[in-house]
Amino acid sequence: MSIKEIAESRVIDLGDSVLRQLKGLGDFTNFTLKTIFWTFKPPFRLKLLFEQMYFMGNKSVFIIFLTSIFTGAVFAFQIYLGFKAINADSFIGPIVTIALAKELAPVLSGLVVAGRCGAAMAAQIGSMKVTEQIDALEVMGINSYQYLAVPRILGAMLSMPLLSGIFLLIGYWGSWLIGVKVIQIDEMMYTQKIGEFMNLGMVAEGIIKATVFGYLIGIIGTYQGFNVTGGAEGVGKGTNMAVVWGMITVLVVDFFLTSFLAKIL
Amino acid sequence: MSEKYSVEFRNLVKVFGDSVILDNLNFGIHRGKITTILGFSGAGKTTLMKHILGLVMPTEGEVIVLDQVINHLGELELREFRRNFGMVFQYAALFDFLTSYENVAFPLREFTKMNEDEIREKVMGLLESVGISPQAAKRLPSELSGGMRKRVGLARGLALDPHIMLYDEPTSGLDPITTHTVYDLMRDTHRRNEHRGFTSIIISHDIHATLKYSDYIVFMEKGKVVEHLDVETFKKSENPVIRRFLEL
Repeated sequence: MSIKEIAESRVIDLGDSVLRQLKGLGDFTNFTLKTIFWTFKPPFRLKLLFEQMYFMGNKSVFIIFLTSIFTGAVFAFQIYLGFKAINADSFIGPIVTIALAKELAPVLSGLVVAGRCGAAMAAQIGSMKVTEQIDALEVMGINSYQYLAVPRILGAMLSMPLLSGIFLLIGYWGSWLIGVKVIQIDEMMYTQKIGEFMNLGMVAEGIIKATVFGYLIGIIGTYQGFNVTGGAEGVGKGTNMAVVWGMITVLVVDFFLTSFLAKIL
Repeated sequence: MSEKYSVEFRNLVKVFGDSVILDNLNFGIHRGKITTILGFSGAGKTTLMKHILGLVMPTEGEVIVLDQVINHLGELELREFRRNFGMVFQYAALFDFLTSYENVAFPLREFTKMNEDEIREKVMGLLESVGISPQAAKRLPSELSGGMRKRVGLARGLALDPHIMLYDEPTSGLDPITTHTVYDLMRDTHRRNEHRGFTSIIISHDIHATLKYSDYIVFMEKGKVVEHLDVETFKKSENPVIRRFLEL
């Protein structure tokens, strides 16, 4: 094969790849618009929404509990190790709480939910797709986006702030255990300092982020499920993509959201 | 409403990319009869069925179902219109998170104002008519055999008293005895509802069962209708493609 032919082949491959990415982007946009349209169209399926909230919220609580208590405790301990050298260990409380409220609670809850619920959404919808259950819904005249995607997306949007709130409270408790009970910082000082440095804007930032992450995890998980092709292998691939893209999206969007919210809050 | 046909195709063409999947089809499916659409794999049978349901739209031509040109209907009208159909899928496509009973009750809960007592009465009647016991009604699809799943799928398809029943390869994956049991059930269902112009459309490549249970046969090859005949005339067809199929 000549150099010219190799170069031509590379250009063709690149073109194919770009076209595939553009098609994927178009499909995702189309899916997003459809789910938004069907969110506001009756019937409003509140029972399905509560079922999804129960699944995502209640069943993620234990793993959120474990993640948050150790995150709060370890973070408090690390700050103590750094700050005691400059006699600033009384600042452990506000630093941990602010970090939890603005970043750690929404982001780590997002990663947990993307791993647990994003994967479950893709697997459930994907297996329904390959066994023609989605076709069965459509033939009955039921919109599959409205029946399957909308409750999951809204469920994730509503569950995420609650899980993030739980993360914040338990994480604070973990840091309090280390700060007050282990390191023996005065309890009054520990909590008073939090009151001095924290404000409602910081809590709002966490809630906004958690809601946005919930939406992104929901839309990515359901999109991957609806786009499953083939059999069991396709379901596995879709599930994997839901987790990978869910986690990457949470981390990337967090950066831009932080920059944006810093200007308005 | 057309007395003769439940479904009509007029100059129907479907093209996917460079491939012509359906090539200028012009025929009607007789009202109140069992019609089987027969053909080799890739003949365009499933695409044709999706046109009847309005899941795929024609590139050219019209699909007329119960006197409605369905490719002229909007999205919401089409969803409403699909309640005229019942469908049994190749592998039943029962909702795996619901029991047999709940699968059959599903369309009734979605589309009727029946209370739970009325739904129970209707569902148990439908399940009994397809030979599903009250014990099996409580089971999930994963706990049922292939034949039982097809029966529950048939009961679900009949729940809203459809005008047209579609069967997509209804016996694929079943043993010969169960295949004939399922066909008997389909024929009995048809006969019970015949008085109201109930039309059964079967997509199949099972030639022997087709000859035994159908009133009409549409034979397709490469997106075209080779023959559309009543079953007795079909058996005598001299068309070489059909002869080859009959001799399998």
